[in-house]
Amino acid sequence: MIKATNLIKKFGDFTAVDNISFNVEKAEIFGFLGPNGAGKSTTIKMLTTLLHPTSGEIEIDGINPRHHQNKVRASFGIVFQDPSLDDELTAYENMQFHAVLYKVPKNVRINRIEELLKYVELWEKKNELVKNYSGGMKRRLEIARGFLHHPKIIFLDEPTLGLDPQTRNYMWSYVQNLNKQEQTTIFFTTHYMEEADKNASRIAIIDHGKIIASGTPAQLKEQTNKESLEDAFLELTGHAIREEEASGLDKMRRMRNAFRRK
Amino acid sequence: MSTIYILWLRQLKRYIRSRSRIIGSLGQPILFLVALGFGFGPIYQRAGQGSYIEFLAPGIIAMSILFTAIFSGINMIWDRQFGFLKETLVAPVSRINIMFGRILGGATEALFQGILVLIISIIIGFHIHSYTLLAMSLLFMALISLFFTALGTAIASMLQDFQGFQLIMNFIVMPVFFLSGALFPLNGLPKALTVVADLDPLSYGVDGLHFALTGASHFGAGIDIMVLSVLTFILLVIGSYLFSKIEV
Repeated sequence: MIKATNLIKKFGDFTAVDNISFNVEKAEIFGFLGPNGAGKSTTIKMLTTLLHPTSGEIEIDGINPRHHQNKVRASFGIVFQDPSLDDELTAYENMQFHAVLYKVPKNVRINRIEELLKYVELWEKKNELVKNYSGGMKRRLEIARGFLHHPKIIFLDEPTLGLDPQTRNYMWSYVQNLNKQEQTTIFFTTHYMEEADKNASRIAIIDHGKIIASGTPAQLKEQTNKESLEDAFLELTGHAIREEEASGLDKMRRMRNAFRRK
Repeated sequence: MSTIYILWLRQLKRYIRSRSRIIGSLGQPILFLVALGFGFGPIYQRAGQGSYIEFLAPGIIAMSILFTAIFSGINMIWDRQFGFLKETLVAPVSRINIMFGRILGGATEALFQGILVLIISIIIGFHIHSYTLLAMSLLFMALISLFFTALGTAIASMLQDFQGFQLIMNFIVMPVFFLSGALFPLNGLPKALTVVADLDPLSYGVDGLHFALTGASHFGAGIDIMVLSVLTFILLVIGSYLFSKIEV
């Protein structure tokens, strides 16, 4: 379903993704783990047509995104790591916007938006501007939006970041359900190792742009002789804390604050 | 079509919701109209050119359209920084439609702004020359709006953040405004200035507005429409290319 061959992405001198290859089968729940700055998000951006690989090939559902961007885009849904909502619109309008872009038919649209907003418990606040939402509520809205059109593949880039355990559980049961009922392929990243252990059918661990291990959670634990996936992960990637470059958003917030102080 | 519509609608909703911005952006044109209009009025009269307010108002309308249009185009950088752009860029719709939707939305904002300033000018003392030509002034306002929103969007496609913003203000927006004949008649200028004004796209917009609102024209309304349309078309082609190349 998702196939990457010798994928490389360079930003200037820096190689963010260094010659990785992997294959995700249909209806798999594939965990893509790695420390901060390992190349997870860069890989997802390449798979979802937001970045062009420096070299290497990608196939999504048998289609090469280099030549058929829109076909590929129609086949997946994505929940981004960082916010991607319009703050000046209401929750309902954000959902509507998404539904129109993904051509969800009108009659289906109304029901599904209601169902999903109820599911993430935002239905009561659907007409409030998103800028008045808390961080957790925004996250829930983004997740609901990612499921709005039922795609063949769903990319979840640290979807549960900042969610309480209740919502996290909720979300995963929804994902599991989609996966079973509609054979949806799931590609996710997370820093919560129990989450990966519990939900992933297969895992790849990436560090410094290279895939250093892959297999089922049980295989990874066996390979490293550890009890938990977290220990296995630390064994494979080391204990050093990674630095991540400030994102554009961080820089922007700093700039905005500088303006406000005046 | 639905893509263009929903993006247009989004821009408009944001515009209508930001009342403070609408009111704030009327401050500058009012100041220009009052300070320059009445300040230079007597001297303009003495030079035998008639009422300066009558001359100035179309230029100030063009100015407020220029600023609103460029900013709404450049506002895409906010969408990039706050992540919303990604949401539209991964959607399975053609990027050209996304860009058109954005541009039409921004241009509609700018057109509203132009109409508001026209109304204010009339309140301040501007006389409309002919009501039949009023519709034509809307056409020129729309063309100016489209052109500069497209320009702002094309520029924003190449920028990652607002660091180049000052550069754009000082080297594009301000010169385009001051050299366009918005503040002074283009007749009998020094040669160099004439050449620059002829190269300034806003000159044709201002001139068209002069024609539609006061009946006087430097280039001729037909040339104005043609130049603006052709330039807008070229810019849309370039913009489409730049927009299709955006990576986030």
